[in-house]
Amino acid sequence: MFTILGIPGPLLFGQLLLGVINGAFYAMLSLGLAVIFGMLNIINFAHGALFMMGAFVSWMLLNYLGIGYFPSLILSPLIVGIFGLILERTIISRLYKLDHVYGLLLTFGLALVIEGLFRNAYGSSGMPYRIPEALQGATNLGFMFLPNYRGWVVLVAIIVCLATWAVIEKTFLGARLRAATENAPLVQAFGVDVPRLITLTYGGGIALAAFAGVLAAPIYSVNPNMGSNFINTVFAVVVIGGMGSIMGSIVTGFGLGVIEGLTKVFYPQASATVIFLVMVIVLLAMPRGLFGKAV
Amino acid sequence: MTGFSRVQMIGVIAMVALIVLAPSVLYPVFLMKVLCFALFACAFNLLIGYVGLLSFGHAAFFGMGSYVSAWTIKHWGITAEVAILLGGATGAALGLVLGWLAIRRQGLYFAMITLALAQMVYFFCLQAPFTGGEDGIQQVPRGNLFGLVPLDSDMTIYWLVAVVFIAGFLLIHRIVHSPFGQILKAIRENEPRATSLGYRTNDYKLIAFVLSSMLAGIAGGTKALVFGIATLTDVHYSMSGEVVLMTLLGGLGTIFGPVMGALVVTAMENYLAQFGAWVTVTQGAIFMICVLAFRRGIIGEIGAKLKVAL
Amino acid sequence: MLEVKGLNAWYGESHILHGVDFEVRDGEVVTLLGRNGAGKTTTMKSIMGLVPRREGSVRYNGTETVALAPNFIAKAGIAFCPEERGIFGSLSVSENLMLPPIVAPGGLSVEEIYTLFPNLRERAGTSQGTKLSGGEQQMLAIGRILRTGAKMLLLDEPTEGLAPVIVQQIGRTIREIKARGFTVLLVEQNFRFASTVADRHYVMEHGRIIDMIRNERLEANMDKLHDYLGV
Repeated sequence: MFTILGIPGPLLFGQLLLGVINGAFYAMLSLGLAVIFGMLNIINFAHGALFMMGAFVSWMLLNYLGIGYFPSLILSPLIVGIFGLILERTIISRLYKLDHVYGLLLTFGLALVIEGLFRNAYGSSGMPYRIPEALQGATNLGFMFLPNYRGWVVLVAIIVCLATWAVIEKTFLGARLRAATENAPLVQAFGVDVPRLITLTYGGGIALAAFAGVLAAPIYSVNPNMGSNFINTVFAVVVIGGMGSIMGSIVTGFGLGVIEGLTKVFYPQASATVIFLVMVIVLLAMPRGLFGKAV
Repeated sequence: MTGFSRVQMIGVIAMVALIVLAPSVLYPVFLMKVLCFALFACAFNLLIGYVGLLSFGHAAFFGMGSYVSAWTIKHWGITAEVAILLGGATGAALGLVLGWLAIRRQGLYFAMITLALAQMVYFFCLQAPFTGGEDGIQQVPRGNLFGLVPLDSDMTIYWLVAVVFIAGFLLIHRIVHSPFGQILKAIRENEPRATSLGYRTNDYKLIAFVLSSMLAGIAGGTKALVFGIATLTDVHYSMSGEVVLMTLLGGLGTIFGPVMGALVVTAMENYLAQFGAWVTVTQGAIFMICVLAFRRGIIGEIGAKLKVAL
Repeated sequence: MLEVKGLNAWYGESHILHGVDFEVRDGEVVTLLGRNGAGKTTTMKSIMGLVPRREGSVRYNGTETVALAPNFIAKAGIAFCPEERGIFGSLSVSENLMLPPIVAPGGLSVEEIYTLFPNLRERAGTSQGTKLSGGEQQMLAIGRILRTGAKMLLLDEPTEGLAPVIVQQIGRTIREIKARGFTVLLVEQNFRFASTVADRHYVMEHGRIIDMIRNERLEANMDKLHDYLGV
C-alpha cells in the first residue's frame, strides 16, 4: 500500500479509472454530437435519450429475446441507428431551412418524448444488466485491481473513437463528409448524394451513442434518466473542446473525465461542478474552445 | 400607454379584466401559479423574442430568486415586497455573471453555455446548506406587505401577485418600446451593422439579459411566497425547458404569447399530473409539433389570422 | 449540346432570370458576358441546379434537367467550377482533386491532369487545399472536374483576381481541353481574355440574353460591346 499526495495508491487509481471511464463516455457522446453538428448544423439534444435507448435495447434484447451482450454491441446500434435514419428522413430534415434554434428545440422535445415513454413503460428506478461472463472479475495490475469489464470499456471506447477519427480524417468517404460540412451544395453539384450522406451521418452519430449505451448498461443501471444525467455534462465538454475537431472532442472528453476523477479524490465537493468550472475558464481564455474553429 | 397599438391595448385591458375577474371562477392558487409563470415566461421572451438569444438556463434565476426570497423572509422576517425584490436582485446579479460569460459566444453555443452554467447552479443548490438540499426551504411565511397587510389569505396575496405580474409585463413592454429596445431590435436583425454604427452590442445584450434574469428572479421569489416553498425543482433544467415550452407554444416574440403559453401549459400539467410521465411526453410532443407546424404559437397564429401584431 | 429555353429563376422573392434563351453546341466554348448583376452566375448556378426555384427548360443531350437535383445534373455530364473556386480547406490537395466522383468514362486521368497543371503535381502533398495560391486553386478547381468524365464544363470567372501570367495559362488550358472535345460555358468579365478562347459570346442584361456576337465579329462590334458592358 503506497500513497500519492496523501491518498492511498489503489484509491487514487481506482478513482482515476472511474474518471477515465466517464471520460470514455464523454468522448463517445461528444464525438457523435460534433459529427452531427458539423454536418447538420444541429445540436442533437436527443443524443442522451438515444444513448439511453441503446442501453435499453440491449436490455430488451437480453430479457425478451435472450440475445446477449456481444451481439447487442452490434444489434443495438444497428436498431437505434436505423431509428435515427428514419428520424432524420422524416423529421429532422425539415429543420435545415429554419433558424438553428429550432433544431435545438425540436431535439429537446424529442428527448422528452423518448425519455417520457421509457419512464412510463419501465419506471424510474434502474434495471440491472449483468456483466457478460467473459468480462467478469478483475486483473491485478500491481498498483491496483482493474475490473475486467471496465478495462474493456476503456479499450473499446478508445478503439471506436480512433476508428471514427480515422474514417473521417483519412478515408475518401470522410473526405466527402468534411467537404460537405464546409460547402454542401458544391459537393452535391459534383454528383455526391449529399442528402443521403447527411442521413447516414445522423444515423451514424446515433449508432455511436447507442453503442456507448450498450457499453454503459452493465456499469450504470439501465434507467430512463441515464441519458439526461450525462448529456448536460457532455454539452459542457463540447463547449470546452469546440466542435470543430474530431480528435479535439476525443481528447477533451477523456481529459475532462480524468480531471473529474481526480477532483473526486482531492476535493470531492467540487466534483460535480468541476467540468463546468473548466468550461468557464476556457470561455474566458479561449472563446472558441480548445480545438474549435470559428462558429 | 405609449407603444401599444389599438388592438394590443384592447388585449391588455382584456387581460387585466380577466385577472381581476378570474378568481371568482377559478382557484386563486392556480391563477397565481399561472401569473408567476407568465411573468417568468415574459422575462424569457424578452431575451429570445426581442434580442434573439435562446437561454436554456433561465431556471437558475427563477430558482435562485425563489431560494433567496424564501430564506430571507423565513430567517430575517422581512416584509414580503422586500423579499420579492431581493429575489429580483439575486436574479439580476446572477444574470450579470452568467450572462457576461455566455454572451461571449453566439447562437447555439450561447444556448449550451446557459444550460451548462445553470447546471452548475443546480449542483451548487444541491449541495449548499442554505437551500436545504433535497428538502428545499419549507414553511416559508407569506409575511406582510409593507409591514401592514398580512398576506395569509389567498385572495389578499392574489392581488399582490396580480400587481407584480402587471407591473413586470408593462415594464417589459416599456423596455421593448424604448430607444434601448430599438437598438436591441437592430442588433437582433443585423448585429454587424449595429456594431459598425458604433454600438457595443455585447453591452446591450448583457443589459437585456440582466433585465430578463431580474424579472425571472422576481417571478421565482413571488412563487416561493405564494406556495411557501422553494425546492430544487425550481433550479432544475426541466424548469428551464418548461419556460421555453410556454413561450414557444404561446408565441415567441409576441406580447401576449408567453402569458397564453403559461396558462395553457400550467393548466395542462395540472390535468396531466395524475398520469405520471405522460406530462413529459406531452411536453416533448408539443415542442416538436410547435417547431414543425406551429412556429408562430397560439398568439402568433391568431395575430397572423387577424393581421395584427399581438 | 446544351439548350436553355425560357429559364426563369428566383432567389427568395427576387426574380433574377427573366426567360434566358441560348444554346451551346458540342465542342464549343461559349461565354456569357454582361455587367455585374446581369444574372450570369445565376444562370450557371441554375443550370447546375443550385438555385432552388427555377422554371423553364434546360436540356442537355436531350435530357430535361431543370427540375433535377444538382447531383443528378452532375451525373448527366455537367460539371461546375464556381467563382470562389470552392477549394476545401479541410481536405488535402489530392483529396480535393479526387473528391468529385466519376460520372462517365472519358475523363482525364490524374496523371494527365498533373501534366496539364505541373504546379499541382508539386503541391500534391499539401495538407490543406486552401494553402495553395489563387492561381493554383483555380487550376485545382478546373483539374478536379476534368477527371469526372463530364463533358460540359461550366466555368465561372476563372481568371478573376489572377496575375496575367496565370490568366494566359488558363487560356491555354481552355484551348487545350476544347481540343480534347470538352464543351465549355464560360462566364467572364474580361472579354479580351474571352476572345482568346471562345467561339461565341452571349451578352446578358437584367436576367435576359440581349445579344449574341460571334468571336470573329467581336472587334467589329466593340462599340456595341462597350455600351452593353458600360466599360
